[in-house]
Amino acid sequence: MSASNAAFIVGAFEHPARKAPDITTPDLHAQCAAGALADAGLSVSDVDGYFCAGDAPGLGPLSMVGHLGLHVRYLDTTETGGSAPLIHVAHAAQAIALGKCDVALVTLAGRPRSDPPSGRLDILAPELPYERPYAPDLVSLYALVAKRHMHEFGTTAEQLAWIKVAASHHAQHNPHAMLPKVVTVQDVVESAMIADPLHKLDCCVVSDGGGAVIVARPEIARSLSRPLVKVRGAGAHVKAMSGGALDLTFSGSVHSGRQAFHEAGISPADIDYASIYDSFTITLLMQLEDLGFCERGAGGRFVEDGGLISGSGRLAVNTDGGGLCNNHPSNRGGITKVIEAVRQLRGEAHPAVQVPDCALALANGTGGMLPTRHGSATLIMERV
Amino acid sequence: MIDEALAKATEPFTFDANAMAYWRAAAQGRLVLGYCSSCNRAHHYPRKLCPYCLGPADRIDASGSGVIYSYTIMRRASPQRVLAFVTLDEDVTVMSHIVGADGDALAIGQRVAFEPLRFSDDAAVPVFRPVTDPQAD
Repeated sequence: MSASNAAFIVGAFEHPARKAPDITTPDLHAQCAAGALADAGLSVSDVDGYFCAGDAPGLGPLSMVGHLGLHVRYLDTTETGGSAPLIHVAHAAQAIALGKCDVALVTLAGRPRSDPPSGRLDILAPELPYERPYAPDLVSLYALVAKRHMHEFGTTAEQLAWIKVAASHHAQHNPHAMLPKVVTVQDVVESAMIADPLHKLDCCVVSDGGGAVIVARPEIARSLSRPLVKVRGAGAHVKAMSGGALDLTFSGSVHSGRQAFHEAGISPADIDYASIYDSFTITLLMQLEDLGFCERGAGGRFVEDGGLISGSGRLAVNTDGGGLCNNHPSNRGGITKVIEAVRQLRGEAHPAVQVPDCALALANGTGGMLPTRHGSATLIMERV
Repeated sequence: MIDEALAKATEPFTFDANAMAYWRAAAQGRLVLGYCSSCNRAHHYPRKLCPYCLGPADRIDASGSGVIYSYTIMRRASPQRVLAFVTLDEDVTVMSHIVGADGDALAIGQRVAFEPLRFSDDAAVPVFRPVTDPQAD
């Protein structure tokens, strides 16, 4: 069943904290839930569906439903890493379309900055014995993608740097941004090399915090006093190495994007604003190509010379400063991608970065590890 | 020589029968791949069922020869390591390390050959070393 036109995003809240040493992760989830409900003008008793992923502590919903004091008739714990919240919104819209719930709450929160992950492994994951001994860290994995992209298409370090530059231009207007200082291409390529060809400034921030969104039935959305943001289309895809047939020149967003655009009945050229996952500069570049904003291999030329800067570029992307400069709570950027898209569609982004008359927005994520296995999710939203 | 860091990294997985068979073969100088005779196709890592058809899978010894598909120098690791994807001649790509070479001198497409890196008396993980092209002289 299509979720198109069946549900609205009525509440969105981004936790202002970027370092939260004195708040527990369950309480961050609760503060995000309360913030999103207040934004919507709803109360916790209105919620009858709850969505969370692996960042929710304990046994996920079993712990969080009690901690949040929810009474729910619908649950979803789809886990695709950082892209999970985008899938949660899509699944919430489907559940609402089927009458399975009326008001769905999606929360994400964590404290990787105050409480770094212990490195605990899911030792049952079948691939780990063949990868873990080589000690790949996140940066080096994404560097393998960037290196291949440069080899195939001639993409340059300077072009990747433009993605960070655009994010910093947006972040200067965000009072909560972790890195609000405007940087130059030179700053990026002269920052420390972490894993060739990725420099320190090609990497997103590590931040505490979180966010939440509320998805509701159209009748409920219309009864509230907030601008109407409709879920218009969605898609998901998992791309994995499977048997070792590896092609690093595209992500699963090729498929998730195609589904979402098909469901929405629009094309990339119709999009006014895009929130695109930016765990690293290469992550964003690849999704631009995969979603059809430019041809495969042309991402470098699309982003250079300020291509992603709101107002002057080719496409306004991540006007909150993105994961590269603003926030990447719990090492998962998906919820902030939805939240800034909602701000843009409501006309509530910072005036310096607000896209005039923003009617159609896209949010896209690739959670997990881009080269080895990741979950791509695309969400298209419309102001009505 | 036993690699202590590697011994620690592999320790959580030593109960995995598939992994141990793979590592013991590597210590004997064999790089093992999964193989499905219905698909006529090799796969990595070896497993009971073929990831392309879910039919029964067998194992084969790979040639151990391949090319660098992509690589990166992990500058913060101590000692620095070269992480890579290597596409084997069997058209299967595996994650590994490139050893015995200056990372800055490597290139995508460069030919490499398998060798074992021991983490115990009878187990090793596969790594790869650049091979000198005899025609390059």
